[in-house]
Formats: sequence, C-alpha cells, structure tokens
Amino acid sequence: MSATPVLALRGISKRFGAVQALTDVDLEIHPGEVVALVGDNGAGKSTLVKTISGVHPIDEGAIEWEGRKVQINRPNDAQELGVATVYQDLALCDNLDVVANLFLGSELRKVSVLDEIAMEKRAKELLDTLSIRIPSVRIPVASLSGGQRQVVAIARALIGDPQVVILDEPTAALGVEQTAQVLDLVERLRERGHGVILISHNMADVRAVANKVAVLRLGRNNGVFDVASTSHEEIIAAITGATDNAVTRRQARTATKEDAK
Amino acid sequence: MSDLAKTPGTSTETSASDAPSTAPAAEPSAAPIPAVDPRLLIREEGFKGYWSEFTRKVRGGELGSLPVFIGLIVIAIVFQLQNSNFLSASSVANIAVYSSGLGIMAVGIVFVLLLGEIDLSVGSVAGVGAAVWAVLNVNNGWNDWLAILVAVLSGMALGALHGFFFAKIGVPAFVVTLAGFLGWSGLQDWMMGGEGSINTPSGSVVENLTNYFFEDKAAGYGLALVAVLAYAASLLVDSKRRKAANLPARPVAEIVLRTGVVAVLCFVVAYVLNEPSGARGLPLALVLFLAVLIIADFVARRTTFGRQVFAVGGNPEAARRAGINVDRVRITVFALSGTLGAFGGLFIASLSGGATKSVGAGNTLMLVIAAAVIGGTSLFGGRGKVWSALLGMIVIQSIQQGLNMIGMANAVQYMITGAVLLAAVVIDSVSRRTQKTAGRA
Repeated sequence: MSATPVLALRGISKRFGAVQALTDVDLEIHPGEVVALVGDNGAGKSTLVKTISGVHPIDEGAIEWEGRKVQINRPNDAQELGVATVYQDLALCDNLDVVANLFLGSELRKVSVLDEIAMEKRAKELLDTLSIRIPSVRIPVASLSGGQRQVVAIARALIGDPQVVILDEPTAALGVEQTAQVLDLVERLRERGHGVILISHNMADVRAVANKVAVLRLGRNNGVFDVASTSHEEIIAAITGATDNAVTRRQARTATKEDAK
Repeated sequence: MSDLAKTPGTSTETSASDAPSTAPAAEPSAAPIPAVDPRLLIREEGFKGYWSEFTRKVRGGELGSLPVFIGLIVIAIVFQLQNSNFLSASSVANIAVYSSGLGIMAVGIVFVLLLGEIDLSVGSVAGVGAAVWAVLNVNNGWNDWLAILVAVLSGMALGALHGFFFAKIGVPAFVVTLAGFLGWSGLQDWMMGGEGSINTPSGSVVENLTNYFFEDKAAGYGLALVAVLAYAASLLVDSKRRKAANLPARPVAEIVLRTGVVAVLCFVVAYVLNEPSGARGLPLALVLFLAVLIIADFVARRTTFGRQVFAVGGNPEAARRAGINVDRVRITVFALSGTLGAFGGLFIASLSGGATKSVGAGNTLMLVIAAAVIGGTSLFGGRGKVWSALLGMIVIQSIQQGLNMIGMANAVQYMITGAVLLAAVVIDSVSRRTQKTAGRA
C-alpha cells in the first residue's frame, strides 16, 4: 500500500442552511484498499459521498488527489479525476441494453457515429475480467435480476478506469447470493488496485470485505478502525456514540436469558 | 421448447463470504469463465431457432411491428375484395403521396414519443410553415428554395421554443404544446390575412413536392435496386466486422432471408408504381419521405444523439447522472419535431393546392400521432422505431383510401380511424404489461 493516499479529505465541512451536515471530516483512501463508511441514519455518509462525487461542493476544507489539492465542483470534475460513483438506485436505463448502459455518457464513437462493435467487445472483456455473469450483453437491463443490475451498475463505474469507486449501499436490496456476488466484486476491485469506499449498514458485509472502517457520527469523524483488530462492539459503540446503547443492551438481555436457561 | 429450460444459477459456491469472517473469501471461480451463461436463451442455429425466438418474443409481449403487418394485410384483402381497384397503380401512388407529408411529421412525433413526451402542436406548426412559405414565396416573391428554407427554419424555431419552456421552465410538454397548438394556429390565421388562401404557383417547387413523378421506369427500379444492395451490404459489412471482433454475428442464411424480404417488398412497390396502366411512376414525395426516414433512423440508432434520446426517454435521472445534457436533448427533439412539422406542412399545402387557413387543422395532428403509435412506438417513452412512422401512416392512409373508394361517409371514416388508434394504444398497453410480467420492461 503506497504512502500517499489516492484520495484524501482534510477538514471537510458542509452546511445546508441551518444544518451543519459535515464538520471537519477527514478521510483517506489508498489504492487497493476498501474503506467502509458507516454511521447511523443522518450521520452524513451520503453527504460526504456527494461532496466527493461533485454533487454537493464542499464549504470548507480541502480535497487532495494523489497528494495535490483539487477542486470538485461538478460531477464531471470527479469523473475526470477518476472517481466513479455507484448510486443506491443504480441509475440504469431499463430500456437500453447492457452495452448501452455501460457506455452511457461515454460512448465509443467514430465522429458522432456509435461504434457498437468496439463497445460490445470492450463490455464483454470488462464483464469477463470482473467474472460477471449475465445472460447476454444485448438484452435490455429490464430483464436482468436485481443482483445482475447491481453488478452492471458497478461495471459501468469501471468503464472509465477510475482509481476510486464509491458504492452507496450496494447490497441493501439484494438477496443472499446476490450480496455475495457483489462482495466478491468488491474484492476483485481491491485486487485490481482500485480504492473503494463502501457505504453499508450491514456490519457482516463490512467485516467481510473492508480493510478499514471509518465511522461518522453527527457529521463528525468518530474514529477509523482497522477491521482485523477491532471487535464488532467497538464499531457499534463508535456508531452510536456510547458503549451503553440499544445494541449492547439488547445483547446483554439476550445473553442473560440464555444464561438463565 | 428446450431452450427455455433454465438451469440453476452458477455461483452458489460464492455465498460463503456472507459470513462475518475477516479472512477474504477465497476466490470462488478463478477458472476461466464460460463464454455463455447457461441461463441464456440461446438461439438455435437455422430457421427452427428463429421460430422459437420469434414465438418467445411474441409471448413476452415484444410484438414489434407484427400487429401492423397483420393489419396491413387484412386491410389490403378487405378493400381489394370490396373494390378491385384498391391495389391499382393510381391508388397505391395516392396512398404513397398522401402518406408522405403526414409521415414526415410523424417521424418528428416518433422522436418526441421516444422521450416519453407528446407534441400536440405539429398540426399548427405545419400550418405556420405553409403560411410562411406562401407569404414569402407568393406574396413577396422570394425565391422558392429560400422561402422553403425559412418556412422549415421557422418550424424549428417554434419547436425549440416549446422545448425551451418544457426543458428549462419545467412546464409539462402536454400544456406547452397545447398552448402552441392554439397560439400557432392563430398566428397562421393572422399571416394568411384576409385572403384565406394563397394558391401554389404552377411549376413551383412546393407544387412538385407531391405532384412530380419520375416517369422514367428506371427511377423506381433503380431506387429499389440501390436500396436492396445498400441493405445487403450494410448487413454483410456489419456481420464481417462482428466476426472479426469475435462477437456473435448474423448467419449468412439470415442475411439472405432479410435481403430477400426487403427485395420483394421494394420491387413489388416499384412494379405497381411503374407498370400497370395509369401508372405515373415513382412519386417524388415518396422519395423524400424515405430519405427522411433513412436519415432519422440512422440518427436514432447509430448516433450519440439517438442514444441520448432513448436514455432520456428511459430514465431521465440516470441520463443526467451519466453526464448527458438532458435539457439540450429535449430542446433538440422538440426543435426536430417542429422542423419536420413545418416540412410536412409544405406537403399538405402542395396537396391542397396552396396554403390555407385550414392547413394542418382538423384531424392532421391526430393522424400524425396515431400513425406513430399504430406503427409501434410506445407512448410510454424509450421504445420505438422511426420506421413506425411509415408503417402507421400507410395503415391510416390505406384505410382512408379504401373507405373513399367504397364511398364511405366522412363521419364513418373518422370513427374507423379512431377505432384503429384505440386498438393500437390497447396493443401498446397490453404488450407493455406482458413485457413487465415477462421481465422485459
């Protein structure tokens, strides 16, 4: 892992009117590293991601790309740097086929004429290297299953060969097997040297693939943990802000019940 | 049908990584991936494969142009039995000429429908286009071509105005174009002034739009031959390139079959226009209509702009996030609709002998929209073909021509056309629902 993070946020603040959504947030992503971004609802995860992907420009702080300061004011700025975002709602066009969706907005073309053959070839190669299995690259996305749509959305983020991939709740709507497929895909991204930011509420997913867990609480950093050496309880405590919280109380209750048996 | 049999998913072995273990899940299938997913409904080689794919598509609600073709055959048989002149040269030429102007307008509507919107103003824009041309060319003595150019450009400007209010201000397209429908027909009325009608000068370009026929038989056959050769060549080149890139390509048998069907259609039409007694040859109007269709089809299917239109029609938010300038696409499509509307208006003026206050009024708008829908373009956006403008307009004009020939009253004609439109929309809605249950919409 290289010393310079590919993407670093330094003291990011973001306000919406009277709401201080983010206060002085730091985050570092290295190549070949999966950073899970966790926090309760309203902790600022999505806002933080949107500042990186250019949807909401930051108010204060600095964004560094490979050690140099950059401005991200529009989605295009982020895309040009090499940040790709997979939104929770996937943002696919159901009526277009897989190839058209993969290249939407960045079609391969000669002058203004689409080069369908080059696109189809490239799409097949990409899906193969990611071990993504879909029935055909020429069927409309509407006929794919939820998991297949999710992997198509992720594959689409990789078309421009980005260095950082942001996944917003990629497994939220998926079944057991599809979740496993997406987690496999995240691992493959890491192996290929992409930096990955993974937003998830699912601690099992986070622990399965993430190297580090960055916790946000009420718009502030609440610790960055190494997954291998941190217990589940510590992370939960950081998310909720107390060692005495609903999760631990519930665990204690069920534990006492089991003891009593 | 064996190809419908589904085999279980192939990646059950990967679900182990769901467990909260910190060790990275072992790479499940490092072995090279099979090129084809076993769940893929593979088309078998040969014609049996075509038939099974065809029946599967129909069952899945992907009817495409099938209802229109069946409808056309039924129409031809019914009217031919009633009146043996229905398929005569002059009747077919009539259908072709009357289809052209409205069909060109329908091409613009197809683009608007692909966006999932509607343009109610095309009739009025056509009227304004005809009025602009007549006032400039006839009353002010402008050059034919210049007057036509300005007329078409004025249609483009009106369309762009609709697009601006729709895309930038956010007024629903239905309301914007309804306002345009009223407003521009007023403008047309005002431009035509007290005269009420301005006759087409004889020999002028606009008169020739629908009145000129290539009497030389070589024109009709030549065009048919060029069309067939170009079609076959494009299929062959595409197939060759796909093979070179190791992608699934059309088998030669399919190319031969497709080319054969196209060739039969082209030469039958050319024959009917050229050979029987009373034949006047290939109408210029049909040539212009086909030219518009071919260009528009190329734009829709092969260019970035066409792809963007489909994307915006399918999911505007996804298109926006993919970096597509949604507003620009919308304004361009409405401008295109206005342009083709004004161009079609010149054909209507040409047919009715001049620009009048009623060019583009009455049922023009309804026929144009009906043609696009009957031809198979979905009202729900994102699905459709430019060629549906041709198919739908031929259906409508055939019915009108047939009903005229058997002397049916105007009132009945309206009712029948209305019923056909309703049938087309019902087919669209039902096939869309079937597609949803078949997981294809």
